[in-house]
Amino acid sequence: MSANLSAIFYLISGVLFILALRGLSSPETSRQGNFFGILGMAIAITVTFLSIGSFSSGLTYVLIFLLIGGLIGAFIAYKIPMTAMPELVAGFHSLVGLSAVLVAISAFLNPEAFNLGSSGDIKLSSLIEMSIGAAVGAITFSGSIIAFLKLQGIMSGSPITFRGQHLFNALLLISIFILTYLLCSTQTPDYFWVLLAVSFLIGFLLIIPIGGADMPVVISMLNSYSGWAAAGIGFTLENSALIITGALVGSSGAILSYIMCKGMNRSFFNVILGGFGAIEQSSSSQNKEYRPVKNGNAEDAAFLMKNASSVIIVPGYGMAVAQAQHALREMVDTLKKNDIKVTYAIHPVAGRMPGHMNVLLAEANVPYDEVFELEEINNDFANADVAFVIGANDVTNPAAKNDPQSPIYGMPVLDVEKCKSVLFLKRSLSPGYAGIDNDLFYKENTLMLFADAKKMTEDITKNL
Amino acid sequence: MEIDPFIFRLSIFILSIFIGYYVVWSVTPSLHTPLMSVTNAISSVIIVGAIIAGLAGSSDDNFSISNILGFLAITLAAVNIFGGFLVTQRMLQMYKKKQKDK
Repeated sequence: MSANLSAIFYLISGVLFILALRGLSSPETSRQGNFFGILGMAIAITVTFLSIGSFSSGLTYVLIFLLIGGLIGAFIAYKIPMTAMPELVAGFHSLVGLSAVLVAISAFLNPEAFNLGSSGDIKLSSLIEMSIGAAVGAITFSGSIIAFLKLQGIMSGSPITFRGQHLFNALLLISIFILTYLLCSTQTPDYFWVLLAVSFLIGFLLIIPIGGADMPVVISMLNSYSGWAAAGIGFTLENSALIITGALVGSSGAILSYIMCKGMNRSFFNVILGGFGAIEQSSSSQNKEYRPVKNGNAEDAAFLMKNASSVIIVPGYGMAVAQAQHALREMVDTLKKNDIKVTYAIHPVAGRMPGHMNVLLAEANVPYDEVFELEEINNDFANADVAFVIGANDVTNPAAKNDPQSPIYGMPVLDVEKCKSVLFLKRSLSPGYAGIDNDLFYKENTLMLFADAKKMTEDITKNL
Repeated sequence: MEIDPFIFRLSIFILSIFIGYYVVWSVTPSLHTPLMSVTNAISSVIIVGAIIAGLAGSSDDNFSISNILGFLAITLAAVNIFGGFLVTQRMLQMYKKKQKDK
């Protein structure tokens, strides 16, 4: 296949990838979009095989490895529980990063095969592109591994910081540019290896100071990085499918990071520089005076909801941890049988990744037209009888609106306190990740339900 | 003066960033998780580089390090392609509209 023809096919697969993302603008068109994505990928892979042309014995190996990887991927996709989606996505990002690194190394060792010149005399532009692709790929890889370990709970979710961290990171970042420059001017392979090692280290250091609840930003950011890495390699290989995809994924991840940061009213740099939880601990310990809360049980909660005419459910990360989405759906079914209007209110940063709560509710067969975003539903709280907060905390904290001293001041929150009564389902009175007290707990019309989210929801259903 | 092909690739890149920007803003927030998994899957199109690396200059069972790295990259990218698209499919199957059976 001629180079021009294959370039046209790569362009087609790039366009199909654009359509794949476009399909996600509504759930109806999304499945078709996913199909376009698969088609685009199939075209890209087929064209690559055809353009190489000479089928040496290597082809068998390529197909075998393709099959092995495919089977592993299919197995994971089939087995993974929906609550583990953030870990899965982080894990997958690390694979993209690592493959970008491997392709870059391979091209560096064997530039003839990629038409980039010869060993020790690689075209300057290719060398720069390769270095960028490899460095960003390496950062994506090690960063995603840390994010994965934190989400999986293997590594503590609390931020790990040390003195001089920011300075050290900045120096490492500068050293990447210097190494790239040295590599390009001298073509010495050693600089390439050092460059890779430094990049792996940066990815690692960049993510360890970031706390568990900032993971939505981190995952989106790594998503973005994996795109830029792919684009870098795309420039090296002069492949438009990779360039288009890399740009799409890069900007997609960047937008998601922006949305997540806005949902927390924090700047991107504030999140990345990390240590949120560490700052907050000091402020929360100051005002530890005892305040009474109203403690309720399943019967009280059932009584309140049975006499309501509309209920708004506010899910949070606690629901995911307790795997309570199915129990919640059953409770809502019972409520609906009693002609009670039930809707769901989702805060942009609820959970550990963008859209986390939506997926869990969808898994529990909650129709997506009963689920609303913050701006859509916030005015409805004033007219609702009961707000049922399950496993969420900071996203309902009125301090974000009326306490300029509060670290979360300015963050958009759900106006839960405007409801006639509020049910808080939590495991304990412990503050949320931001480490700040929630005034809502002590309000006259708030009833606290201290229990495992799943068990309590089931008990309420029994009492309805 | 002739224009360097790099400039054309750069144009594709810049324009694609803009396309991505507008397309992603139109994605409904409830589908942000599938958006992440599908972008993950499509970024594995890096497999085209891995295939080139795996097949480059190999002659009958005599593989260079470059080839072996290519094979490894193929495996990783394939995990991502199949895993990413299938898990997206699985998620999207769950997004259903309210059944009007009342």
